[in-house]
Amino acid sequence: MRTIARACALSLALGLTPLALTSLVLPVGPAWAVQPDEVLADPALEARARDISKDLRCLVCQNQSIDDSNAPLARDLRVLVRERLKAGDSDAGVMTYVTDRYGDYVLLRPPFKATTLVLWVAPFAILLLGGLATALFLRGRRGATAEADTAPLTEDERRRLDALLRKDDL
Amino acid sequence: MIPELGHYALVLALFVAFVQAGPPLVGAATRNAAWMSVAGPAAIAQMLLVLVAYGALTWAHVVSDFSVQNVVQNSHSLKPMLYKVSGVWGNHEGSMVLWIVMLAVFGAAVAAFGRNLPPTLKARVLAVQGLIGIGFLLFILTTSNPFIRVVPAPLDGNDLNPLLQDPGLAFHPPFLYAGYVGFSMAFSFAVAALIEGRVDPAWARWVRPWTLAAWSTLTMGIALGSWWAYYELGWGGWWYWDPVENASFMPWLAGTALLHSAIVVEKRDALKSWTILLAIVTFSLSLMGTFLVRSGILTSVHAFAVDPARGAFILVLLAIATGGSLLLYSLRAPALKAGGLFAPVSREGALVLNNLLLSTATATVFIGTLYPLFLDILKAGKVSVGPPFFNATFVPIAIPLVAAMVVGPFLSWKRADLGAALTRLWVAGVVVVVCVAVTAYVTAGGGPLLALVGVALAAWAIVGSLVEFAERIRLFRVPLADSWTRAVHLPRSAWGMTIAHAFLGVSIMGMTATSAWQSERIDSMRPGQTASLAGYDFRFDSVGPVAGENYKADRAIFTVTKDGQPVATLTPERRSYPVTRMTTTESAIHTTLFSDLYIALGDPTQNGTAWIVRIYHHPMVPWIWIGGVGMMLGGLVSLTDRRFRIGAPERRRAAKAGLVPPAQPAE
Repeated sequence: MRTIARACALSLALGLTPLALTSLVLPVGPAWAVQPDEVLADPALEARARDISKDLRCLVCQNQSIDDSNAPLARDLRVLVRERLKAGDSDAGVMTYVTDRYGDYVLLRPPFKATTLVLWVAPFAILLLGGLATALFLRGRRGATAEADTAPLTEDERRRLDALLRKDDL
Repeated sequence: MIPELGHYALVLALFVAFVQAGPPLVGAATRNAAWMSVAGPAAIAQMLLVLVAYGALTWAHVVSDFSVQNVVQNSHSLKPMLYKVSGVWGNHEGSMVLWIVMLAVFGAAVAAFGRNLPPTLKARVLAVQGLIGIGFLLFILTTSNPFIRVVPAPLDGNDLNPLLQDPGLAFHPPFLYAGYVGFSMAFSFAVAALIEGRVDPAWARWVRPWTLAAWSTLTMGIALGSWWAYYELGWGGWWYWDPVENASFMPWLAGTALLHSAIVVEKRDALKSWTILLAIVTFSLSLMGTFLVRSGILTSVHAFAVDPARGAFILVLLAIATGGSLLLYSLRAPALKAGGLFAPVSREGALVLNNLLLSTATATVFIGTLYPLFLDILKAGKVSVGPPFFNATFVPIAIPLVAAMVVGPFLSWKRADLGAALTRLWVAGVVVVVCVAVTAYVTAGGGPLLALVGVALAAWAIVGSLVEFAERIRLFRVPLADSWTRAVHLPRSAWGMTIAHAFLGVSIMGMTATSAWQSERIDSMRPGQTASLAGYDFRFDSVGPVAGENYKADRAIFTVTKDGQPVATLTPERRSYPVTRMTTTESAIHTTLFSDLYIALGDPTQNGTAWIVRIYHHPMVPWIWIGGVGMMLGGLVSLTDRRFRIGAPERRRAAKAGLVPPAQPAE
């Protein structure tokens, strides 16, 4: 109970009366995370458990995975993950088992579905559209460059050239 | 009495801010020199007034004046002096005063050093700074006043959150703020230029030093925060993709893009309207970071609704600043004349690619950070967006960015030959192949494929940047003495670029290695026991109580040996602060610069004979922050470039006219 109280007090202290403007203050205390008695004897299985834990959210914390959290609920979930692994579940099987009980909110990597479509597609759509806009911009520019290369300098350009040369002189 | 003086100074500063904003704007529009000239003295008065206010608040904290609410809530008579001073900005109200101090200092710097700015531009820049000042002073005075008294005064205070009582975090906010607020300069210059309807290379030359200074300090602020998280939170993580971190990372990404696009404006008179837009976006992201953190909306939408005054105020401020400047932009930007022409494969083209990728990265972090909030507000369900999302989206954008960063400087302006540039990079290519091969061999193929990509990128960035520098000074092509002369006479901006680019590679190396090849042990150990990790033996010698100024601690002593040879003695602590009833961990770290040995002491076990101990081996982790400091240094070196030195162009013009002997640049 004390730990819950501490975790809550901490997240309140850090979240509601935030300290420095956008300082990198995280809603985490000393992260006591995985306890020695939870660690599985089989290192390969334990490594898988750790990897899975890093993708699962501690539901009572702010932005912490169960791997980093000291909340009792996170511990329960860590133990659950290890039990499922010992029972022979695959990584995906463990994930399904956990999300069936806690919902998608528990996943730190949001699943690809209708409500997260924008989230997943946006970065690549932005890159694509931005790339397209840039390509169009550069194409316009290239036409202009070719023209500028063959056409003699206009009076204005001559003045700018002079100005540039003078600037280099300085 | 002194807090009241501070309060009064803040109110005066608000009125001065109105004077700094109003008359100069009107004066610049009507070409009234007298009205325009008000801006400079007003900016300096503004700085002095907010410094008085800040000094008064610091005094209240230092002497522990518990009749001031802010001191009661965030200080304690037993708190060490360093944290009494840093505690001033370690809380909401005080941090806002620090914000306004930075703003006023930047404004005064323009007033004092901007002698060679055209008078209308200078008046308008200072006026926009004044407008920002009005917004934030009103915010402080109406919602976040640090000078409110409490009657009766309590005997002692509530103490500062112990996590913040740490040297790394003590200096983190000022750097971060200098960065945020520094971008307000770019913003003010952009808005002023839009009002003027004129953007030219000279404008870029005036904006770039401010952007460089802001970027350098923000880099340092982020690095300090990350370092603090690494050693204070007890398990050696250094970046969490937490919304609060992202709030500082977005302005950094946008600011990096701005820094580079301003080069194109300065050298080639192109990308003008884009650069203006970036300046607006960068500062808006700084403001948004303020909103996100200050409003409590990150905790939950409901926390925001409980006490909406502060959040709503900043939201309105954000809407006015961003909306207003974007409106101005949409009205005036089409009138900006397109400048220099260039082919897609050219230095300009490379910088456009840099901007494309950095903007996409910024947008990605933006969407990832705010998406859960959007869904929650739309009642479309709850979603968690954590590190796996950012790693999956940000990293694929960052890889081509860094790869192209090395090639860009080899391209000439206007039109370049990509093949020739890559040919000149053959040395870097060879080093990359060797590094990857050696890494794969040493780690016996252990670690994800991405780790090898990271090593390749890091080597490419470091060696490629050095090769570019070597080419510039024609190393090994002309006698060494000539190369030396060339290096000395190379513009400082060239030095700065090489340093910053190479140190980014250093950072990437650290991030990659520690992510892929760290190892750890979590054990319950009794004194006398030994644990082994990464070839080192850690003997738990003893544990005993120690007392600090305002905390009690259990301190363990570990002797670290390698093959029987002593390496270090480490003393991790577990501190408890009675006033706040919080526990912190002081991890003990032994660094060789190539790896860190890291011990954190946990709780004693149930029967009290053993302790939970976490031992980590973090390969190359210090490189992350060495890289951060190096990038900041690169920015500062570039800042000393001759062409940024104030007044230089005027002096040279005078020298040309034969009025005075040519001034010797102090180099």
